[in-house]
Amino acid sequence: MKKIINQPDHVVDEMLDGLAFAYDSIVKRIPDTTVIARHLKADKRVGLVSGGGSGHEPSHAGFVGKGMLSAAVAGQVFTSPTPDQILEGIKAADEGQGVFLIVKNYTGDVMNFDMAKELAELEDIDVDFIVVDDDIAVEDSTFTAGRRGVAGTVFMHKILGAAADSGATLEEIKALSERVNANVYSIGLALSPATNPEVGKPGFELDGDEIEFGIGIHGEPGYSRETLKPSKELAQEFVSKLKKEIDWNPEDRFALLVNGMGATPLMEQFVFTNDLKALLEGEEQLNLAFKKVGDYMTAIDMAGLSLTLLKIEEDSWIDYLNYPVDVIGW
Amino acid sequence: MSTTEKWISWISQFTDQIIEHKADLNQLDSAIGDGDHGSNMDRGVKAVKEKIDQGDYEELTDLFKDIGMSLVSKVGGASGPLYGSAFISMAKASKETDDPSLLLEAGLDGITKRGKADPGEKTMVDVWHPVVDSLKKGTLAQSDIDEALESTKDMKATKGRASYLGDRSIGHIDPGAQSSAYLFSTLLEAGVLDD
Repeated sequence: MKKIINQPDHVVDEMLDGLAFAYDSIVKRIPDTTVIARHLKADKRVGLVSGGGSGHEPSHAGFVGKGMLSAAVAGQVFTSPTPDQILEGIKAADEGQGVFLIVKNYTGDVMNFDMAKELAELEDIDVDFIVVDDDIAVEDSTFTAGRRGVAGTVFMHKILGAAADSGATLEEIKALSERVNANVYSIGLALSPATNPEVGKPGFELDGDEIEFGIGIHGEPGYSRETLKPSKELAQEFVSKLKKEIDWNPEDRFALLVNGMGATPLMEQFVFTNDLKALLEGEEQLNLAFKKVGDYMTAIDMAGLSLTLLKIEEDSWIDYLNYPVDVIGW
Repeated sequence: MSTTEKWISWISQFTDQIIEHKADLNQLDSAIGDGDHGSNMDRGVKAVKEKIDQGDYEELTDLFKDIGMSLVSKVGGASGPLYGSAFISMAKASKETDDPSLLLEAGLDGITKRGKADPGEKTMVDVWHPVVDSLKKGTLAQSDIDEALESTKDMKATKGRASYLGDRSIGHIDPGAQSSAYLFSTLLEAGVLDD
């Protein structure tokens, strides 16, 4: 393992301090917690809290600030944060109008956030949540823990953040989150595995020229292993998988997110995006009304990328995606 | 030895087992999960030890509650809420009874309420369930624990992160079942069941 770290079990703590120091105009670390919160408070909005295991930077603390999340709770690397820490995040986010939690569909995250919700309710804070499950690589969701929550979660942060900043109520945010979740689809691939600093070796193995389609953001297995192909063919594979799932028509509006997994340069992400342009705008005649490319939901040092498509069902979603924010990572 | 002391001795032996087998648990988890079950449990049992070393426990309820809350607040992932819920349920049950089989049955209830796994889904429940059955019959032996643990090898995971492997999860022992097996082996060794 070759990493710029000190003790592996201090990585999360030191990372949070470094982040809070570097961006002290936007966020602060709540002392003795793993919560990063925005300074802005008491403008009587619904609080938004996200979080999860560390290793997905800039998720989730990178989306804390005006117009997006109120607070983000960091767990150990690839491990859900604990209920007591999530409760601290909820308290930091509470402006008296209730707090909404954005949770990715992983067994541990769902259980810990659920326990935190129960704890918050004991303290008379109204809490509701959405479990994002956008990863279409999981086909057989009856026999698994269900579709995973991956990069589509970033669109959820952005849209709900703008809605909350515009004064939406807890009930309105809950309803909006369900409509967004029903329309967001992601799929990823890996060229090489991630190494969790606390484990010290790669989470899985791939041969030199081998790639894995459908990989999860902690290296959970996908649906097939194949030999590396040109970017165009990788893009084709993603588009045909998504097309089967979404059943789109020409002129349908979509928001697109090409997301790097951590060790894939922007150069390659833009090459891949260029191939998507030809396929989605060219062949499929889709209207890509919003586009983002870069590292948003990473898997430490995994090489690879994911594609997220959000079908735009309401005009306001485009406004929300374009809504100005003051955060580290958007 | 008083009852509380036996249970404390159990948890202390369990702590030692987890620390000793941290790398083994990570290894099992690497095969079908994300390779950190040992690290997460290690962090949890060390927090438990720190907590109970400071305490002076006359009531089982206080002991189990402290163990459960330490695990919930330190382990994270799925194991934290599951082990934590087990001990918190045991704390509640210990207000009525100090019978190990009833206490551990309550622990199992706590796990299944939180995790919603049934036997046969390749989880810690596949050790807890047969062990609690044997406990209630008064026949629990190390061989029951070994057999239950080994049975997870041929199962296909349908809950938790291992479920994404589908058939590829077959042939590996479940890491949560392994840490639970340590829990019950040390239960026998600590003499909690002896009269």
